[in-house]
Amino acid sequence: MRYIHGFRDGKAAGALAKLIKREARPDRRYHLMEFCGGHTHAVFRYGIPDLLPDNVEMVHGPGCPVCVLPVARLDMAIELAGREDVILASYGDMLRVPASRRNSLLKSRGQGKDVRVVQSTVEAVNIARDNPDKQVVMFAIGFETTTPQTALAIQQAEKMGLDNFSVFCNHVLTPSAIQSILDSPEVRDLGQVRVDGFLGPSHVSTIIGSEPYEFFAQEYQRPVVIAGFEPLDVMASIVMLIRQLNEGRAEVENQFKRGVQREGNAKAKALVAETLELRPEFAWRGLGTVPYSGLRIKSRFARFDAEKRFDLVEREVRENKACQCPAVIRGVKKPTDCEIFGTVCTPRNPIGSCMVSDEGACAAYYRYRRYAEAG
Amino acid sequence: MCLAIPAYVEELHDFDQATVEVGGVRSKISLAMIDDVKVGDYVIVHVGYAITKLNVKEAEESLALFRELAETIGASTDALHPRVS
Repeated sequence: MRYIHGFRDGKAAGALAKLIKREARPDRRYHLMEFCGGHTHAVFRYGIPDLLPDNVEMVHGPGCPVCVLPVARLDMAIELAGREDVILASYGDMLRVPASRRNSLLKSRGQGKDVRVVQSTVEAVNIARDNPDKQVVMFAIGFETTTPQTALAIQQAEKMGLDNFSVFCNHVLTPSAIQSILDSPEVRDLGQVRVDGFLGPSHVSTIIGSEPYEFFAQEYQRPVVIAGFEPLDVMASIVMLIRQLNEGRAEVENQFKRGVQREGNAKAKALVAETLELRPEFAWRGLGTVPYSGLRIKSRFARFDAEKRFDLVEREVRENKACQCPAVIRGVKKPTDCEIFGTVCTPRNPIGSCMVSDEGACAAYYRYRRYAEAG
Repeated sequence: MCLAIPAYVEELHDFDQATVEVGGVRSKISLAMIDDVKVGDYVIVHVGYAITKLNVKEAEESLALFRELAETIGASTDALHPRVS
């Protein structure tokens, strides 16, 4: 586990905690949003909030692809899985997410529908190759880290001449989501959510690079530090953000130099650009409709687009009224502010997506924090 | 979902495939998204694909910086207590 354990060293973490206390000015507060759900879990798993002074607070962002997928889109996947001729291939994270009318992909599977968990899009393509009499649909979700793999699968299917493979594309974009948070009334006008700076996601940025963050660092005057996912990475990035804020700078800095370059992964970006294009708008759970924030399949590859092949229509759904996922995703509420958190809604019986996903804030609180919060 | 881990490249195969190792576990992944990978490199792997090469020089520099911090600031105790669910 080289290059993993070294970044989890407890003594260095102790030193970084001292450094954070030394750098944080007692006369001001620091509200730092970790965009990515992977960071949220690292923060809680390693008890980082306990190592921070009271005036440095972590705000949890919407960077959990499972959490931000609207129920309507999941309903469409369930509708697809319900067809006799379809094998639906999905990443494991999506199976237990509650859809409308208490459905889920796991339930569909229990009812005999062919829903298969895949670890990569290659597996979905192989399922299509091996089942020529079935229609195989890849339920593609995720941020930029997961998008190039979808693009590759489409191109692969074209090369192999597979006409029984298609993709239900739900890919979303990180920079648009961050901008939507900064534009939201809660942040801009109401002051309900304070975000002074961002911990940027490192794995998304291996693909897109650090350059796309430069616009809003400048435009909204908020520093961004691209942070690795290990605890020392997170703490070092907190130091870098505090220093920027103290010095009045709003720049994009890269703590994860071992994996991220300014220009990102050119080959992966080209693959995505050839295959997918921006949707004029995409509805996010919690953030609502965000312009140019999602991707769809280009018309040149239209025959691999499941939405066209099966005439899928997005239907309006009503969210569970008690579930506070949308507010949690926006950072307006903490999981513990939700009435059903930890009582009705638990990882075993999740009501909202934030409790299901390994990256959801509610799941992180439940796993690592519920005893601490209870006092 | 976006979590990815550094893996050691053990063997290269045809069609951009490679065998990688993490903590004793071996798996076959695709190198279709990156160029110039050699045996002995580290790559960061996400859903079956290497998404970037790990820059070993930068990684070592970060680790050296953390060691230096631990020595100069002198934290004596282990501050991290990973919680297991």
